[in-house]
Amino acid sequence: MRENRPSIAVIVFPGSNDDQDAAWALGALGAEVSLVWHAEERLPERTGAVVLPGGFSYGDYLRCGAIARFSPVMRAVEAFAADGGPVLGICNGFQILCEAGLLPGVLRPNASLSFVCRDVGVSVEVVAQPFTSRCELGQRLVIPVKHGEGCWYAPAEIVEELVRTDRIVLRYIEGENPNGALGGVAGVLNEAGNVMGLMPHPEHAVDPLLGSGDGALILASLVDAARERVTVAA
Amino acid sequence: MKATVLVRPKEGILDPQGDAVQESLRHLGFAVGDARVGRIVDLELEADDPAAARAEVERMCEQLLANTLIESYEIEIVP
Repeated sequence: MRENRPSIAVIVFPGSNDDQDAAWALGALGAEVSLVWHAEERLPERTGAVVLPGGFSYGDYLRCGAIARFSPVMRAVEAFAADGGPVLGICNGFQILCEAGLLPGVLRPNASLSFVCRDVGVSVEVVAQPFTSRCELGQRLVIPVKHGEGCWYAPAEIVEELVRTDRIVLRYIEGENPNGALGGVAGVLNEAGNVMGLMPHPEHAVDPLLGSGDGALILASLVDAARERVTVAA
Repeated sequence: MKATVLVRPKEGILDPQGDAVQESLRHLGFAVGDARVGRIVDLELEADDPAAARAEVERMCEQLLANTLIESYEIEIVP
């Protein structure tokens, strides 16, 4: 039955390079994945969730994510998000969502100015659909990061609002902040709670054989939410 | 008409690139207190009215050339 394998769209920008890993991971977790080229103006019918993958869209020109937000497909993604559809941005996807104004803050060059590529510990600060329903509050997840510009920043008043409204989903474990992100923020939600961005790569942590399976908790939560959305819409 | 846009990190915003430049200049023996790194965008415009050109470049800055959460910009119009 189609409901059992909900459709998830993974957007492919020129310069995306984690689209195949995201597609593979989501497929292994029970989704039917469509890779959607950035020039498309529509998402496939019955799309239950959208993932913006990692990479270096448009060569990171100007600022990371600044150009990709003008891709034709982004209007469809914005409409999908406005309709309550779950949208997950990973790494470059997170940068794009911030530049598009769908998520608060901005990702700046790492404080060290070095590219970081390693496993980091993050703690789950919010347990909710559609992204962390399979996690436990305070749970420590080990998920790799690999980025040069992951230093999340927002002005103090925005940070206060995010704390007050429970929208900081993931924080790096103390002592493990890989990029100097303000408050150790690794992942944030939009106001409605249906758009999330994170710097760690859950799609690279779905099999304990490769170091950690913790990323599967986030992606499987998204697959659950996509299934629910498609079923409700049917 | 031409325009030059100068985009720089806002005051108080950590600028690791500027810090690295400052440190390197000190290694070379220059007495540098603080260094901040921004970028310049040179534009050729079709507008003939400087005020209209400035207004248009301002919209470009707000929509694309600068991220005003962290960056400020200055516009110079060259008729």
